[in-house]
Amino acid sequence: MHVSHVAALAGVAQGVDITVTVWPWLMLLGLGALHGVNPGMGWLFAVALGLQQGERRAVWRALPPLAAGHAMAITVAVAVAIGLGRVLPATAMRWGVVVALAGLGVWQLCRHRHPRYGGMRVGARELTTWSFLVATAHGAGLMAAPFALQAQCGANAIHCDSSHAAHHGAVAAVTAPALAATAVHTVGYLIVTVLLALVVHRHASGGAGLSVLRRAWVNLDMMWAVALVLTAAAVAVA
Amino acid sequence: MTRWTPDPTFYPSPSSAAQAPSEAHAYVALLAPGGNGQRDGIGVVDTAVDSPTFGRLVGRLDFPQGGNELHHFGWNACSSHLCPYAPHAHAERRYLVVPGTHSSRIHIVDTKPDPRAPALVKVIEGEEVMRKTGYAAPHTVHCGPDAIYLNALGAPDGNGPGGIFTLDHETFAVEGRWEKDRGPQELSYDFFWHLGHDTMITSEWGTPNMVTNGVDPELLLAGKYGHALHVWNLRTRRHEQTIDLGADQQMVLELRPAHDPRSAHGFVGVVLSLTDLSSSIFVWFLDREARGGKGEWKARKVITISAEPADPALLPPVLQPFGAVPPLVTDINLSVDDKWLYVSCWGTGELRRYDVSDPFNPVFTGSVRIGGIVHRTAHPGTPDTPRNGAPQMVEVSRDGRRVYVTNSLYSPWDAQFYPDGICGWMVKLDTTDDGGIALDPNFMVEFEDGIRPHQVRLAGGDASSDSFCFS
Repeated sequence: MHVSHVAALAGVAQGVDITVTVWPWLMLLGLGALHGVNPGMGWLFAVALGLQQGERRAVWRALPPLAAGHAMAITVAVAVAIGLGRVLPATAMRWGVVVALAGLGVWQLCRHRHPRYGGMRVGARELTTWSFLVATAHGAGLMAAPFALQAQCGANAIHCDSSHAAHHGAVAAVTAPALAATAVHTVGYLIVTVLLALVVHRHASGGAGLSVLRRAWVNLDMMWAVALVLTAAAVAVA
Repeated sequence: MTRWTPDPTFYPSPSSAAQAPSEAHAYVALLAPGGNGQRDGIGVVDTAVDSPTFGRLVGRLDFPQGGNELHHFGWNACSSHLCPYAPHAHAERRYLVVPGTHSSRIHIVDTKPDPRAPALVKVIEGEEVMRKTGYAAPHTVHCGPDAIYLNALGAPDGNGPGGIFTLDHETFAVEGRWEKDRGPQELSYDFFWHLGHDTMITSEWGTPNMVTNGVDPELLLAGKYGHALHVWNLRTRRHEQTIDLGADQQMVLELRPAHDPRSAHGFVGVVLSLTDLSSSIFVWFLDREARGGKGEWKARKVITISAEPADPALLPPVLQPFGAVPPLVTDINLSVDDKWLYVSCWGTGELRRYDVSDPFNPVFTGSVRIGGIVHRTAHPGTPDTPRNGAPQMVEVSRDGRRVYVTNSLYSPWDAQFYPDGICGWMVKLDTTDDGGIALDPNFMVEFEDGIRPHQVRLAGGDASSDSFCFS
């Protein structure tokens, strides 16, 4: 599903019809929102810190570092993809992304590990690092790699299959959509994270507690792992 | 196995855990002291009040060997898996991790699909534990947010230091020792944590060489057994503080931190005071104003239980010179709501209940007697049968209404204080809101000759199995 959107996203760089390009941005936003929904990606951490410190301000304080760490994870992955895209043939890049996505997805279906980092007495720096590590480990950035890859192809449309395309004039054209992708994704993440953190914190500190978690916390990690594998398949057959 | 929704036995907060349904079963460590030819294992006791087999041993898993000296054990997963920084909400509370302090073996027991027919699915040999951790005599097990944590009493040569190591909580692979900087810590017994404060507390008994041949009177009178608490940063794995309770306070054992992650206090029992043979309970707490606002952990004695004078003729040789029975507080337990503390007096044969709503001013509210070195008090269900051993391991149900107690301590020490041999039993007590406590006359599990019960774990969790990140 992503690849067609990515192709459209690449169209942004080429200045094609804007109506074709809205959809991929919405997809990016949605992916960010999906990350935001997952209690393991940040909002629950903000709620816990709010409850532990006994003040709503602690929830607010946690949000910027969480978003920053998440955005950094996306940016790093996209930058790595772009960098590799400069030196590797497009075919190699594509299959590299497929293997990485599928491998991470399958691994996540078998094992349920998280970075061993963090605790309940954490400051902004630790929260940023935690969010970066968790988003990276989950493959949030990797999921954005096909976008970066296609953005590069789009920017150099006629050289897409060439291993030594002339990139120099296209750096800005590549970087801009990649950074834009990061920004859009992070906005999606942040909106959902803020809403959930504030609503759940209000609910929990109002005496109702967090018992809702016991039923409502569905296994989004598993869904995410399946999405990684499906994306790999989509990139492979595209 | 991974689940679609969180394991129903995981609760985000202590107050939600206190609403949990009553436990259907209790798992109890059964040990066959070395050389008696029997095998160690896990027993399953029916604790469902309306069941026809209530109060009976309804299942038993035999381990391949005896003489492991099973002691404490714990779950692979618990409520700490909901912690936001390392969430594993969809893991199952399913496996019991059962170490042996003499063999260093770790047994992994599967309690599903039939909770009454647990199965042994993996044994980690002691050699592997020692090679990968540098520790021997694994003791306490707690399910952490990011791993299964165990501690060990000492090193493979039987000396110190003892310390913490972890197992991968999916594969049970031994991950190696936990500490990055152990500071002056050498002795080990129990450990637990305040997840809300990224703080671990450890206590002190003695190295394997100091305990496996019984309590050594020379070491004891010289104050060489443990008498301190250690405070660690759970995140950086570094030793931060030693809290010395005083060299006359010998054997600092079971640690029961408050369950509320905002609270920063807990209770620890001390077996013996060298000055008067009394036992005591200390509260440890974070003094947030100390050190210019940086905070400092401190400890204060809040309960003293006196020795009881006794006719030396009724005493085992180890106590005859003193003419008194020490209370020997060897285990304590704190209810999930952090309001009630239960204290086992394994010498005098008493289980005490205290209201610790104000942790610095406990109120003694109830007491039950059974067994004891001198009294040998009978159980109300069998009033003509004197009992030996005494309340030792104590476990409290999540709702705080039921308390389970077994009567053996540690086989080399059992023989010193109860030379006639421990006849193993497990009893249940009911609690009342006003602080009362009473033995259930219909619950007396007697174990066969040569088998001693030790720690009890309740199906679904209990007051000492789970820790929480939300208040």
